[in-house]
Amino acid sequence: MWKWLHPYAKPEVTYHFCAKLIPWLWLFTFGLLVVGTVWGLAFSPEDYQQGDTVRIMYIHVPAAIWSMGAYSSMAIAALIGFVWQIRLADMAISAIAPVGAGFTVIALLTGAIWGKPMWGTWWEWDARLTSELILFFQYIGIIALYHAFEDKQQGAKIVGILAIVGVINLPIIHFSVEWWQTLHQGASITKLEKPSVDTSLLWPLLLNILGFAFFFASLVCMRLRTEILSREQHRPWVKALVMEKSVDGV
Amino acid sequence: MNWWHVFFTVMKKEWLLSFRQKSDLINPLAFFLLVLTLFPIAVGPFPKLLQQIGPGVIWVAAVLATLLAAERMFKQSFHDGSLEQQALSSVPFSLTLIAKVVANWFVLLVPLILISPVTLMFFHLNFEIWFVTILTLIIGGLTIFLFSAVGAALTVSLHRGSVLMALLVIPLYIPVLIFATGAINAASLGFAYHGQLAILGAMMIVSLLAAPFAMSTAIRVGLG
Repeated sequence: MWKWLHPYAKPEVTYHFCAKLIPWLWLFTFGLLVVGTVWGLAFSPEDYQQGDTVRIMYIHVPAAIWSMGAYSSMAIAALIGFVWQIRLADMAISAIAPVGAGFTVIALLTGAIWGKPMWGTWWEWDARLTSELILFFQYIGIIALYHAFEDKQQGAKIVGILAIVGVINLPIIHFSVEWWQTLHQGASITKLEKPSVDTSLLWPLLLNILGFAFFFASLVCMRLRTEILSREQHRPWVKALVMEKSVDGV
Repeated sequence: MNWWHVFFTVMKKEWLLSFRQKSDLINPLAFFLLVLTLFPIAVGPFPKLLQQIGPGVIWVAAVLATLLAAERMFKQSFHDGSLEQQALSSVPFSLTLIAKVVANWFVLLVPLILISPVTLMFFHLNFEIWFVTILTLIIGGLTIFLFSAVGAALTVSLHRGSVLMALLVIPLYIPVLIFATGAINAASLGFAYHGQLAILGAMMIVSLLAAPFAMSTAIRVGLG
């Protein structure tokens, strides 16, 4: 496996590999999100208690899941960069962070819109809401720290340390906040036994969760490509690439 | 070389530095008192209300003072080059750093505790609540200081790092804050609060073990 993986540690290879991957990723993103969202918003039955408001779930839950998934993938990238000193992994951190922050904002906003009719309040100091908000602040911290460094290589390493410290703290924050206060409903689909969501609502939700995963992957691939280009701009292969493109353009 | 000897030598040097530069000693304290004064003015001088928010306000003020004290901990030694020498020496760098952190924490904590009886009057607290607040500050405060030190280490090579550092470390404070105020609330209701104190102690031990490595890695990267 290492032999197979090893070439991708080279930014140039990954740059071209991402270019090949992106159309497929977008195809899956649109396919899944269109089917899942249309199914969820228009054709799935409404909830007997929540009525049509339940449909916010089809956006809210995937965004919330991948806001955390993005943070874990960022921490994994940081760990890889830290242990094996792979520059590309450091670049991945700065590619992932703003996407994760965006998902967190979507989760928070849709949650507030859902909370107003259901709980009667836009915001409640509840465990999950609070830890999602803290997650958002952690993303902001990482993005701000990265941009504060002029030497991007140094900045990426520093940000990696912060991401690892943050990921150790994330479960502690989560459980302490849970102990502090809770109002949010428990997990409905990740339980190992039969999910407590009816299958007619579950299918579009699962499609959207998968769709958001591809959405995340496509955005990160695109951001990673620009990150590679800007970080490697003095390397010969980038110069060659630019020359080639400009000759094509003329 | 005996590592305890190194530890105490570094601590002694840090103490000497803070006593020679009295502003390091006094500024965070004055800041602490000022923040405490702001709250009664902002929310109104009602004894019942002040009694209720008092311990939380003391904690917030202490956390902000910690942030202020930790921020300049590595700055000077980074710029005069002594931090680089310590990083290059044969003594483990994380040992030097932890000695620095513990020394600076004492420099902040001891005056803070000495001055804290004023909160008895400011917020009309009773003695028991004040005692628990100080207890949580002693146990949980070191964790807060360690997190702040990691933040300071991350931003040490930046010229304008202070606001950024607050942004990085304040989210990490939350678990400590929750359990500290949890202990205080339990005490004010007459319940046992040893459980919360034990959790604060556990957090302190884990952060004492983990923070030195994060700090030394960050500073090494910062030194380039």
